[in-house]
Amino acid sequence: MDLYEHQGKDLFRASGIPTPRGIVCHSGEAAAEATRELGGRSVVKVQVQAGGRGKGGGVVLVDSPERAAREADRMLRDGFGGLPVTRVLCEELLSIAREFYTSILLDRSTGSYLAMMTAEGGVDIEELAHTRPEALRRVHIDPMLGIRTYHLRALTGVLPPEARALAADVLSSLFRLLGEADATLLEVNPLVLLEDGRVIALDAKVTIDDNALFRHEDLEALTSAFPIDPVEARARAHGLQYVKLDGEVGVIGNGAGLVMSTLDVVKQAGADAANFLDVGGGASADLMATSLEVILSDPSVKAVFINIFGGITRCDLVAQGILGALTRVEAHVPIVVRLDGTNAEEGRAILADAAHPRIVPAATMLEAAQRAAAFANGEAT
Amino acid sequence: MSVLVGTGTRLVVQGITGNEGTFHTLRNRAYGTQVVAGVTPGKSGQDVEGIPVFDTVADAVRETGATTSMIFVPPRFAAEAILEAADAGVHLVVCITEGIPAKDMAQVHSYLAVTRSTLVGPNCPGVISPGEANVGIIPGEICAPGRVGLVSRSGTLVYQIVHELTQRGIGQSTCVGMGGDPVHGVGFVESLALFAEDDQTDLVVMTGEIGGDDEERAAAWIGEHMTKPVVGYIAGFTAPPGKRMGHAGAIVTGSKGTAAAKAEALEAVGVQVGRTPTEVAELVATALA
Repeated sequence: MDLYEHQGKDLFRASGIPTPRGIVCHSGEAAAEATRELGGRSVVKVQVQAGGRGKGGGVVLVDSPERAAREADRMLRDGFGGLPVTRVLCEELLSIAREFYTSILLDRSTGSYLAMMTAEGGVDIEELAHTRPEALRRVHIDPMLGIRTYHLRALTGVLPPEARALAADVLSSLFRLLGEADATLLEVNPLVLLEDGRVIALDAKVTIDDNALFRHEDLEALTSAFPIDPVEARARAHGLQYVKLDGEVGVIGNGAGLVMSTLDVVKQAGADAANFLDVGGGASADLMATSLEVILSDPSVKAVFINIFGGITRCDLVAQGILGALTRVEAHVPIVVRLDGTNAEEGRAILADAAHPRIVPAATMLEAAQRAAAFANGEAT
Repeated sequence: MSVLVGTGTRLVVQGITGNEGTFHTLRNRAYGTQVVAGVTPGKSGQDVEGIPVFDTVADAVRETGATTSMIFVPPRFAAEAILEAADAGVHLVVCITEGIPAKDMAQVHSYLAVTRSTLVGPNCPGVISPGEANVGIIPGEICAPGRVGLVSRSGTLVYQIVHELTQRGIGQSTCVGMGGDPVHGVGFVESLALFAEDDQTDLVVMTGEIGGDDEERAAAWIGEHMTKPVVGYIAGFTAPPGKRMGHAGAIVTGSKGTAAAKAEALEAVGVQVGRTPTEVAELVATALA
């Protein structure tokens, strides 16, 4: 999960990494008050779990509490990049001498950690790595050995001499935090050298490993601040893997790869999926019923496509689950069902016997996608 | 011959007394796999339908000569289970468990580099060599012995594609479910190298998905080393950036890890990439005809 900047900065401060003085505000009025407290001027920063805030009007320098209130109100009203905004961060203005970039992340390619540093702040790092790789220092760190002084020398060597010692302290603290918080990414863009000689994290991007949340109750509690789609909340409460998408075909499948593949095949058939929903292996009739309820509660869904390849999952139980769900909720849209694999024939027979007016059986994944797309596009009834 | 698992595999199951562990152990044995031992701490002396249970993997290896371990241990203990198996001298560790923290896996990855053990998984369906041995949860009945090798990040996509191949009368030498986690053991490159050396494999199917650069690295390796035809599939063309699609590793980060970039990298080295699982099976049939 990605943290808000202000949450990331709380973790930074607790790890001894300097950050600007800042106050989280939930209203324009609070932003004005915070700006007064910060000396009458501040930086108002929108809080969203996404990048590109600087370019999109999400970071604004203000020279009065009134201006702060106006900007904060605008951000809270309009949202940012299609995302709802519930809070802004007002921070003190600082005299910046130089801007840098640093990050440490879990490098999937090598299974180790990768630390990066450049003296060019506020850059698009992917772009820089491509166009001027010599400007970016990259060091791999063995997870068993941790960050060593020669790593720090190599990384900070790219910075002006007066910033190196304090930047090395920041890197050491970042690496310690990475391990302690089970983070997979810590990014500081920019890390700045101030006129007074301090080195300070002006931004904080923190990604925590979802798989490790069981050992971080404090971090898991931070998720309560995140906006969540009501259908998504319901799915999550039942332990289903669910992602809301923009289309009209509700998709239920078993296994992440098969569901992703199903979304692609729906697209090829001329429609867009409304969601990703993986019921997982060994799905029971009850879980199947819950999944269908979740999908049918999404008002944008015009057709449902259930794509099950039974391995551990038994298709007869899936069929019972579908029929069970239809006694609990009313289906206002057609439900195209493709069953294959373990007990598929039994499953198909159960659906055929029930002859439910909303259920449309399909023999293959491709055919099912075409039927569902036709329903969603109003080309079939 | 097949790769990774076969008639010579002697299997120990870590977490054999749990529900899932027992269920799949017995299915693997019914398929013909030599299951020689199980491990559950504190339960030595017991047995699961005649399979002796030990406290430690070292005991199991010493008493039964186990060569391969399969892990059904809960995520918070699973990384240690892998380390224990490696220290006991098991050659191949197949970890089915989903949800292991990435930090734990990074440490395991680092440690395994100095041992002689090979890891498949975690968060994977296992490995099957049809007609010889099944180590994991892939349903044996959809497979058939033959000469196509498969390697996949997704479990159910293995099933879907194997099913389509078998229905066309095309059997498989070995199917490797490498798993959907960001830090994992055997990947595409290692599997392709094994299949390239295997004289029972004529063609390899690799199915990838969004996230990471496993497919791009596989493409680079294929371009330089691969001696047999490869057919590919990539899931997640329609996945939006920044959203994790079920698997811990299935996420497009910025402009990295998109399905389009992966398919392009594979096609650039002559891999035919099917746009649906059905098209993959058709491409295989054509290539073998």
